[in-house]
Amino acid sequence: MADSKEVKKTEAKEIKSVAKEDKPAEMETPKEVVGDPKALKNDKDVVLPGDKIIDSMDYLPGKNTFREGNSIISKRIGLVYFKGRVIEVIPLSGVYVPSVGDMIIGEVKEVQHSGWIIDINSPYEAFLPLSGVREFVDPGKMDMSKIYGTGDIIYGKISLVSPANSIHVTMQDQKARKFDGGRVVRINSVKVPRLIGKMGSMINLIKDKTGCRISVGQNGIVWLQGENEVLAVEVIKTIEDKSHSEGLTNYIEKLLEKKE
Amino acid sequence: MSTKREDGRGPEDIRPIKMEVGVIKNADGSAMVSLGKTVAIAAVYGPRELHPKHLQVSNRARLKCIYSMAPFSTTERVRPGPSRRSSEISKVTRESLEPALFLENFPKTTIDVFILIVQANAGTRTAGINAASLALADAGIEMRDLVTSVAAGKIDGTYTIDLAGKEEEATDCDLPIAYMPRIDKITLLQMDGDMPVKDVKGTIELAKKGCKILYEEQKKALLKKWAKEGLE
Repeated sequence: MADSKEVKKTEAKEIKSVAKEDKPAEMETPKEVVGDPKALKNDKDVVLPGDKIIDSMDYLPGKNTFREGNSIISKRIGLVYFKGRVIEVIPLSGVYVPSVGDMIIGEVKEVQHSGWIIDINSPYEAFLPLSGVREFVDPGKMDMSKIYGTGDIIYGKISLVSPANSIHVTMQDQKARKFDGGRVVRINSVKVPRLIGKMGSMINLIKDKTGCRISVGQNGIVWLQGENEVLAVEVIKTIEDKSHSEGLTNYIEKLLEKKE
Repeated sequence: MSTKREDGRGPEDIRPIKMEVGVIKNADGSAMVSLGKTVAIAAVYGPRELHPKHLQVSNRARLKCIYSMAPFSTTERVRPGPSRRSSEISKVTRESLEPALFLENFPKTTIDVFILIVQANAGTRTAGINAASLALADAGIEMRDLVTSVAAGKIDGTYTIDLAGKEEEATDCDLPIAYMPRIDKITLLQMDGDMPVKDVKGTIELAKKGCKILYEEQKKALLKKWAKEGLE
C-alpha cells in the first residue's frame, strides 16, 4: 500500500485543520478562548452571506469576509474563525479555488504542443507545461500523448496561480504520479477534510474495510482502485452527503460493518 | 382599516411562507420558495467555465438567469420555451441579483441561475428572486447580502402587500421590489399601473417591511440545512 503513505503525508495540512475543528468546546481553558465578547458571532459559529460578525476596527477582514463601515461581514455560508486579529470564514459550500502547493488529482483534457490541459474540478482549467514533467520531452520528435493521453488521471501539485487565473500544475514532486486504472469520484472540495478525518481516521477506515487503494486530491477528486470499489464510492458519497454531522466516523464504521 | 382579502388575510399579511434549501441534488445550490399557491424552484450552477469564449467577460463573472414557467403552472397551459414575458423577467431578475454578488472575484466564468415556476398564482417574479437568492447562497457564491423580494399595491385606498390571484387586477398599481435588507438598498423596482408619488412611497415602505419578514425566513431556511445536526 504505497498509496496510503502518500495520502497521509500530503494531507497532513488538512488533517491539522480538521483536528482543530473537532476539538470540543469544553476542552478550552478560559485563557485560550478565541473570539471577542463584543463580537456578534462566536468562534466556529455558522454564518450566512451578509451576516455581521463584529462592529469593530480592531480586527481585519480575512478570507471570505469584507469590511463595510466599521463592521466585518461574511460573504459566504461558513464557520467563523478568529485568527489573532484576523477574522476568517471557512466555507461550507462552493467551488475549489486552487492555491500554490495544493496536491490535486486531475484529468487530462487535451494534449497540446507545449503541454497538457488538466481538468482540476475548478472554474478554471489548469495547464501542465513541458517543464513540469520529469522526463525530457521533445514535442517535435515524440508523441506527447504517450506520456499523458486524454483521459489519464494524474496526481500533481499546483505550482502557479497567476492573478489572471492561469493555473499551472507540476509533476516535479516526489509524490506526483499517473494513476493506472481504477475509478474517479468527484466530491465538493470543502468536504475533503471530513473525508480524511482526524489524523486520517476516516480514510484509513475505508481503506481497511474495503481493501481499496484510495488517493484524495485537495480539489475534491478521489481516485480509488480495488475489489470493493463500488462500496467505497457509496461510502464516500455518504460522507459528502452527511459531512456536517457529528459522530460521522462511528456512523460510517457501522455502515461498513453492515455491508460486509 | 382592516378589510379582509379574498383569502382572509389582512392588508399587511404575507401569504403562508415555505422555504427549503438544497432541493436539487445535482445543482451546486438550489432552493424552493412557496408563497401561498405560488411555487418557485431555483437551481444555481457555477462559477464554471464559459463557452463559447467570446461570451466571457474579462474582468468579472457573467450571471445568467433563466426564468420559465412550467406548462401546467396555470389553469391555461403555458407554451413552453422563451417568450417576451419570460425574457423580460429573466432580465430583471438578473439585474436584481447582480448588485448582491462579488462577480469580480471569478473573471471569465459564468454563474447560471435557473428558475422554474411550478405553480403560479401571482407574484412569480418575486418568488423566483427569493428562491434564486437562496440558491446562490447555498452554492457558496460570495454575496453582500441576501436579496428578498415582494410586491405591494393599493386596493380601495389601503396599502396591500403580496398581491395574490385576482387582487393583481383589482389594484390600481402593482409594484414589485427586490431589496437587500441589511444594506437597505433596493435592487428592483417595477411599477405596473400608475399612482401618486405619495402612494408610491407608502407602497415601497410596506414592501420593505414585508421583505424583512421574508429575510428572516430565508435565514431560517439556510440555517436549517447548514447548522450542524447530530446523527441518530
